[in-house]
Amino acid sequence: MSSTLNVVTSQEYKYGFVTDIEADSVAPGLSEDVIRFISAKKGEPDWLLEFRLKAYRHWLTMTEPEWAKVDYPRPDFQKIVYYSAPRAKAPKYASMDEVDPELKRTFEKLGVPINEQAALAGVAVDVVFDSVSVTTTYKEKLAGVGIIFCSFSEAVKEHPELIKKYLGSVVPAADNFYAALNSAVFTDGSFVFIPKGVACPMDLSTYFRINNKESGQFERTLIVAEEGASVSYLEGCTAPQFDTNQLHAAVVELVALDNASIKYSTVQNWYAGDKNGVGGIFNFVTKRGLCKGKASHISWTQVETGSAITWKYPSCILLGDDSVGEFYSVALTNHKQQADTGTKMVHIGRNTKSTIISKGISAGDSSNSYRGLVKVQPKAEGARNFSQCDSMLIGQTSSASTFPYIEVQNRSAKVEHEATTSKIGEEQLFYFQQRGIPAEEAISMIINGFCKDVFRELPMEFAVEATKLLSLKLEGSVG
Amino acid sequence: MLSIKNLTASINGTPVLKGIDLQINAGEVHAIMGPNGSGKSTLGKVLAGHPSYEVTGGEVLFEGQNLFDLEPDARARAGIFMGFQHPIEVPGVSNASFLRLAYNKKAEADGRDELDPLEFDDFIHEKIKLVAMREEFLDRSLNEGFSGGEKKRNEILQMAVLEPKLAILDELDSGLDIDALRVLGDAVNRLQRADRALLIITHFPRILETIQPQFVHVLSGGRILKSAGKELALELEERGYDWVLEEAAAGGAR
Repeated sequence: MSSTLNVVTSQEYKYGFVTDIEADSVAPGLSEDVIRFISAKKGEPDWLLEFRLKAYRHWLTMTEPEWAKVDYPRPDFQKIVYYSAPRAKAPKYASMDEVDPELKRTFEKLGVPINEQAALAGVAVDVVFDSVSVTTTYKEKLAGVGIIFCSFSEAVKEHPELIKKYLGSVVPAADNFYAALNSAVFTDGSFVFIPKGVACPMDLSTYFRINNKESGQFERTLIVAEEGASVSYLEGCTAPQFDTNQLHAAVVELVALDNASIKYSTVQNWYAGDKNGVGGIFNFVTKRGLCKGKASHISWTQVETGSAITWKYPSCILLGDDSVGEFYSVALTNHKQQADTGTKMVHIGRNTKSTIISKGISAGDSSNSYRGLVKVQPKAEGARNFSQCDSMLIGQTSSASTFPYIEVQNRSAKVEHEATTSKIGEEQLFYFQQRGIPAEEAISMIINGFCKDVFRELPMEFAVEATKLLSLKLEGSVG
Repeated sequence: MLSIKNLTASINGTPVLKGIDLQINAGEVHAIMGPNGSGKSTLGKVLAGHPSYEVTGGEVLFEGQNLFDLEPDARARAGIFMGFQHPIEVPGVSNASFLRLAYNKKAEADGRDELDPLEFDDFIHEKIKLVAMREEFLDRSLNEGFSGGEKKRNEILQMAVLEPKLAILDELDSGLDIDALRVLGDAVNRLQRADRALLIITHFPRILETIQPQFVHVLSGGRILKSAGKELALELEERGYDWVLEEAAAGGAR
């Protein structure tokens, strides 16, 4: 029966194809010249070039973090291509008709709605291919209510005052090794601005695709919700199947002012490498939200299924009184994948609340760690946190770890932490099989039950997608 | 319906079943009794296809088909049901959705229409009356936090939903109080039909007062030592198992 578990978890990666498209790339390697090249290519103002160079100079003094429970060959930063863009006549496609048909086919194959007519109702999409944003849908409609939704590069040109005000305000350029690297070389990403009092009428979404074999992806996302504004933002990602590792080092910053609410959902399905651990994306991402205003609300939901290595801690700084931070996570690892993921909830304001629900699933020879910090600062009177971290093991050779860090400096704070570890074992599967349910469907049902508390936080289409994805990822692993 | 010939099986290389012969026909109720560790639960698990046991010899035909050609889920869809002694708990999976999936898998295999959630809701509300289960148990996670008795109720409910040809009930009476035992015993009796067979595995004869077998077999040391009518159960109730073992030992010595 071990064979059944194994069969159920080794489905092939269906997004592993490469798009054959002419690209405009810089030679591999990193230097101030490369940074100047990127900045010039994007026609950036001097202050932004300075921001990049400062980050780069600081990055040179830093070393890679070693504390995570992941083991991988250190990337050679001089072998990475820091800029790669599909070659086009114009820097940005004015309409869908100008988009290279090969590129259109790529996104059709990925199921990403880049054609507004064919799009899912109610979802606007920004599509990022390697280093550039290819197209953004529903822009005009959103602009009608004052919402800015565009690629980061465009935002730099058209809304420099907003970028200048908020860029690096949540994740400073020198925050950590990969954030500093990103700050130096970021190429594109999305910018969202929801003005005061506006509830965004549709879900906003960015789809990231790495295509170039040598290229790293360093995107930058910035979302600002002004007083009383609200938005739900979705992020999806895939990459072709290569036998080398690609680096993905993104920075995401969220800012919520008084009574604003930002819901950020991710389904991460970067190529994970093959079953022997060859290839796959190194996913080193810094995501942080600042609940700057009173009663502001930031919620992270992530379904992490891809990448060879995941190092990611979407966090909330609860600065405003009565602000709320949430983190809902499903992290699934299989074969040789390694994930060290979790969150930080930093309570600074009074009566701030945070909730952490983390579900880790490990199959194959994978390693899956939850690492989370709950910090209550001295002035955070009445702060409350609830954390629930559950791990599920499939098979005999996977591992799960939980590293909760709790620092409380205010006596009125209430912090609760619960953790469980369970196993999909022979007995559970046999029970389902004895009722006529084949092993694969049994696993899928058990996993979905395990992840229910997280899935119900996802927007509907995403929840369906996530459920399918988990089943696919686990195909072949039960036995 | 079920024909077992010289069946041997082991777990981790240790023989547990050492040559079982048993014939079960439609409409019959058989009881397998025996002291703890005799191999009686193993027999049920081997028939259902539990992965921990290795069949080392013999033959089992179920309706003429070699049972060991079928995966455990295919055996279930072919009509073999096992009521577990210790049903597992599955957090997050609602009892109702589990029951519906199991029902639909069987329906699909039988070429009957599958039931959508609304149709199944009507269907299952009839079925729970049989085992006197409260509705709330349908919405709860499968067996999670159920008492021993509630778990057993749920097992018989599943039997009622799946309408098996052969139901193997492993220690149905363990963890049940007298009243619950009577309710479930009655439910099983009502489920019994001319085209269905029951194999009751039990340590205590008490349950056989409600579910009355035509055949009682005493299993010990991986072999069936004695087979007789239901009067044997009464005798075991009075005298225990030792005399059967002694008798068999004496028989073996002769």
